[in-house]
Amino acid sequence: MLNIGGLNQGIVIDHIPAGEAMQIYEYLNLGALDCEVAIIKNASSKKMGRKDIIKIEGPLTINIDALAVRNPNVTINIIENDVIVAKRPVTLPSEVKNIIKCKNPRCITSLDLTLPHMFKLTNKENSVYRCVYCEEAYKRERTKKA
Amino acid sequence: MKHIISPMDMTVEEIENLLELASKMYANPEKYAHICEGKKLATCFYEPSTRTRLSFEAAMLNLGGKVLGFQSADSSSASKGETVADTIRVVSHYADICAMRHPKEGAPLVASQYSSIPIINAGDGGHNHPTQTLTDLLTMRQLKGRLNNLTIGLCGDLKFGRTVHSLIKAMSRYEGIRFILISPDELKVPTYIREEVLDACGIPYVEVSNLEENLPELDILYMTRVQRERFFNEEDYIRLKDTFILDKKKLAGAKEDMFILHPLPRINEIAVDVDDDPRAAYFRQAGFGVYARMALIATLLGVDKKVQ
Repeated sequence: MLNIGGLNQGIVIDHIPAGEAMQIYEYLNLGALDCEVAIIKNASSKKMGRKDIIKIEGPLTINIDALAVRNPNVTINIIENDVIVAKRPVTLPSEVKNIIKCKNPRCITSLDLTLPHMFKLTNKENSVYRCVYCEEAYKRERTKKA
Repeated sequence: MKHIISPMDMTVEEIENLLELASKMYANPEKYAHICEGKKLATCFYEPSTRTRLSFEAAMLNLGGKVLGFQSADSSSASKGETVADTIRVVSHYADICAMRHPKEGAPLVASQYSSIPIINAGDGGHNHPTQTLTDLLTMRQLKGRLNNLTIGLCGDLKFGRTVHSLIKAMSRYEGIRFILISPDELKVPTYIREEVLDACGIPYVEVSNLEENLPELDILYMTRVQRERFFNEEDYIRLKDTFILDKKKLAGAKEDMFILHPLPRINEIAVDVDDDPRAAYFRQAGFGVYARMALIATLLGVDKKVQ
């Protein structure tokens, strides 16, 4: 198994569906960070078969809510002083602001660009978020199969 | 103060109170002819609408109030790039209540967040049209005497038809409701309406594609037009617009006490030979719309208790 150095302080985003790590990397804009970022693709997983993992070093201000809206099944490990101090699934926020964008061309947000993009969790079981203005459901982007 | 942005903004009890008031206004309009004296309704219509705007204006005039407003985005500051938020903050100083129609979905909600006067959504794109829903409910209540235990046929464009979606949501709160959803495959009710409203409320429904075969079961037939403006593709519109046409011959199989509703305008989905049939209620429905709006305006302005 490929060994990536442990973290003294940082976040491990685990249980990312295989092939989706780069989407999260781009979504969280991790390329703009100065710290170490490790992407592990196609790691073995008892639960998922194959999974991706992202390790991010340092005290970060990553918006975990953002991750929950897009990838509700990932888990977050928070590392401090070489120890996992918290390991939990991401929790779905009841409302998010400017995390995801409404793509409905008929929505007022497509005309008034000053408005915040607000979404509400309308179906927790299926992780459905709807735009508060037009009620269009947010559709998660999935990895395209070749 | 409260705004009406979605038909679901009102509880069943609030709707019942509103329909009861509308019914009293219909029975004795003269008693309510002055309750809005000194009040002004602003009609902010960013897209053309004959019926809804005139209905709102008639409603306010019937209550003794006055109206002002604009009829299209071209004749408002929107053409100069003003936001809805700014427009409503100004209009709030000119009027006591505002009815807003906008082609963009959610615009009246934005207005309500910045307004100091009640906002009534008079239709936002393909989204909500709560006063049409109130009109539909009032019409059924007046003609059938109840809003429960009804088999309702919805026919035509059930995908883009906002009146249909709002009516399904509103009627799903009453007991004994059953829907027969009549449409071509391409214009079926969206999945979220089926899953989050019909299935979630345990409302029985069937999806069919033949109008004539299902007519005998109906207490209410709600016809809709296939709307050109909701299509991005003209070819799809032309292919689907004539799918369901109700005529006198088809109507022969319907119950004697069934009523035909339509939000109007009609194009050709109801043949003119149906107009004289006593079951044709769509023009009466437009009339009830004025009383539904009168009741809503009076309630939001808090003048509904002036008449005991």
